Amino acid sequence: MANNTMEVKNLDFYYGDFHALHNISLKMPANKVTSFIGPSGCGKSTFLRTLNRMNDLIEGTKVDGEVLIDGQNIYNEGVDIVDLRKRVGMVFQHPNPFPKSIYDNVAYGPRAHGLKDKEKLDQIVEESLKAAALWEEVKDKLDSSAMGISGGQKQRLCIARALAVNPEILLMDEPTSALDPIATAKIEDLIEDLKNDYTIVIVTHSMQQAARISDYTAFFYMGDLIEHGSTEKIFEKPENQKTEDYITGRFG
Amino acid sequence: MIENFFLLNGLLVVFILIGIFYLLLNQSLPTFKEVSIVEFFTSTIWNPTGYHQQSYGIVSLVVSTIIVTVGSLIFAVPLGIGSAAYLSEIAAPKVREILKPTIEILAGIPSVVIGFLGIVLFGPMIARLFNLSNGLNAINGSILLGIMALPTIISISEDAINAVSDDYKKASLALGATEWQTLVKVTIPSALSGIIAAVMLGMGRAIGETMAVLMATGNAPAFPKSIFSAVRTLTATIGIELGEVPYNTTHYYALFAVGLVLFIMTFLINLISDWVLNKYEEVE
Amino acid sequence: MFSRDLQQKLGFWTLRLSALFVLFILAVILYDIISKGIGVINWGFLTTAPTHGMTKGGIFPAIVGTFLVTVITALLAVPLGMFTAIYLNEYAKQGKITKIIRMSIRNLAGVPSIVFGLFGLVLFVQILGFGTSVLSAGLTLGLMTLPVTITASEEALKTIPNSYRKGSLALGVTKWYAIRTNVLPYAIPGMLTGTILGLSRAAGETAPILFTGAAFFLPFLPNSPFSQFMALPYHLYVMSTQHHDIAKVRPLAYGTALVLIALVLSMNMVAILLRYWLRKKIKR
Repeated sequence: MANNTMEVKNLDFYYGDFHALHNISLKMPANKVTSFIGPSGCGKSTFLRTLNRMNDLIEGTKVDGEVLIDGQNIYNEGVDIVDLRKRVGMVFQHPNPFPKSIYDNVAYGPRAHGLKDKEKLDQIVEESLKAAALWEEVKDKLDSSAMGISGGQKQRLCIARALAVNPEILLMDEPTSALDPIATAKIEDLIEDLKNDYTIVIVTHSMQQAARISDYTAFFYMGDLIEHGSTEKIFEKPENQKTEDYITGRFG
Repeated sequence: MIENFFLLNGLLVVFILIGIFYLLLNQSLPTFKEVSIVEFFTSTIWNPTGYHQQSYGIVSLVVSTIIVTVGSLIFAVPLGIGSAAYLSEIAAPKVREILKPTIEILAGIPSVVIGFLGIVLFGPMIARLFNLSNGLNAINGSILLGIMALPTIISISEDAINAVSDDYKKASLALGATEWQTLVKVTIPSALSGIIAAVMLGMGRAIGETMAVLMATGNAPAFPKSIFSAVRTLTATIGIELGEVPYNTTHYYALFAVGLVLFIMTFLINLISDWVLNKYEEVE
Repeated sequence: MFSRDLQQKLGFWTLRLSALFVLFILAVILYDIISKGIGVINWGFLTTAPTHGMTKGGIFPAIVGTFLVTVITALLAVPLGMFTAIYLNEYAKQGKITKIIRMSIRNLAGVPSIVFGLFGLVLFVQILGFGTSVLSAGLTLGLMTLPVTITASEEALKTIPNSYRKGSLALGVTKWYAIRTNVLPYAIPGMLTGTILGLSRAAGETAPILFTGAAFFLPFLPNSPFSQFMALPYHLYVMSTQHHDIAKVRPLAYGTALVLIALVLSMNMVAILLRYWLRKKIKR
């Protein structure tokens, strides 16, 4: 299996004339959880979206620098973006299941990639829902609408849906900020399990969450990557004054 | 690529519009081999089938169109804006539920039916009221066109009035103005651009309407003497004469020229109303 | 002189009366047509052809003709409208081309129906050689209905949440796949609503079909797209203005008007019910 390490080198990002991200360089090691922390509007979600080129959907954006997966720059000419997004999955802040059945939500990706065999699809749906810790709760109502389950379940469904296409890397954009504490805890446990098979990059608004679940942490401020390293180090012995100020709550 | 397919489709509309203009122009130009442009635009005599001499002046037709249109606006604008204000500001929700579909129904009545009513219902009414021999004349046309323009004016004006920010109204009321004063002095003026656009669209509809005027205005292409004269608009002229005219004669081409004049008129009205709406959006 | 309260009362009443007057106009129209037309309507009227020089018999061929021409209108206007809307809402970038397309749509919507008739006469009847036929008339009506189907389809697409699109794309699918599987299926019911309204307008139009295929009397039903056809609006027009015995056939004209209104209004009703049902579905 591939290394699935992601590395960013000297990335600059522009929304039109606005220079949103400045010269970011960062490694996100395989099979670990890397979290991005920082105050609102500091660019962490924008940066996350450069990793699967979802920013391409916005008019007028520009990227300088490199984002490498296993050494290959995803911004090269001729890169197949559709394929990229199969390898780098994303879970959004607000759970966004499609208005289809639970089964069809999870099967959407594999079907899109050409899989028609009912047995194989059944298998993938079951495995994905199990991996997302949702199978037991929905296995008897796979054909019911995905809109009828709770917020926490919807988010786990979105995770299952993302896992169903068998990505190497999973990007999560504040996945629990719209959920209650119990649902949040369930998903944090899930992330602990998932990192065994996937590389996880998570943007989080909550320092406590970052401290709980991530192996590596990167601190962003106003479009700059201020400091990054193992989570222990960032939280216990930060090198940069700004990092320390943020960690200790001097600003939020 | 699929995106190009959709782009081509999108461009289709542009091509159609250009195509209409081009074909109209193409079929109009031969007119002016026989007819001088000056005569076309300045003569009041439209008589293409005259025995001794044919005449192709559209002034009477244009004036008729304008009279009937202006008449329709005199009828429809106050009624329309008043109804729109009522719907938007005063009517209880239940009343709105009834009135809005009603107006949509009115909008859905085909023009030929309205024209039919002009002949069988409004015509005799007008004849009785004003002691005329028959009621097929300009004022009949104005009433019919007014009825047809009403739904457009009402619904677009209503949108414009609804769009006025609540903050303006609250500020006015807080200063001690009554609701009526607020409506007249604050809300309507704020919605003015939208209302003007509504009126212009209604006007465009009236100018372009064929069947109702064809059936109910008396079919006399002479220069109108009063609102009780029988008249014939530009649209009605095409509608009535094209059926009788052999292809590729001067008369035939002249009717296309009339169509071109109509096209340009409505195009300009559209442009102006767009401009008005744009100014409105800029100010906001 | 007038106290402010009195001013307000008078003002509001004026507005109420405007709205009531509009209601009144509709009531008068419907009452006249229904009361004078209903006596003529019976099963025979709806299912047999005219006889005795159109002074007796029914309007069946006109009903069939209107139906057929509307089908052709739909075949042109619905898919093209949908594709243009997909381009505008899903692919188009802000810029000159998009502005021009939108301006063209608005202008096309304002072109007088008789001008469409002229265009259809030149393009479909003559240049493309379809002759006066259901096809020519249907295509002409289709072009006229295009702005309506485009706008209706675009409105429907706008109501689909962006999260569906983003969610699909993030799973690694092409844009068209995302639209086809996760946007269109949910937009189609909404598209239908506006489309049906547009088609009901087309069914009632006379001017575009005057010279492109409508005929007053045909001894047989149209058996190919290249046949001429009878149509309800045209039938009403001729019955009330050009028949050799207008007074005698007046009741039949009323009956025709009633059938036409019933047809148009029932299509409207279907569209409105569809819209209502859709709104309820979304609220759940």
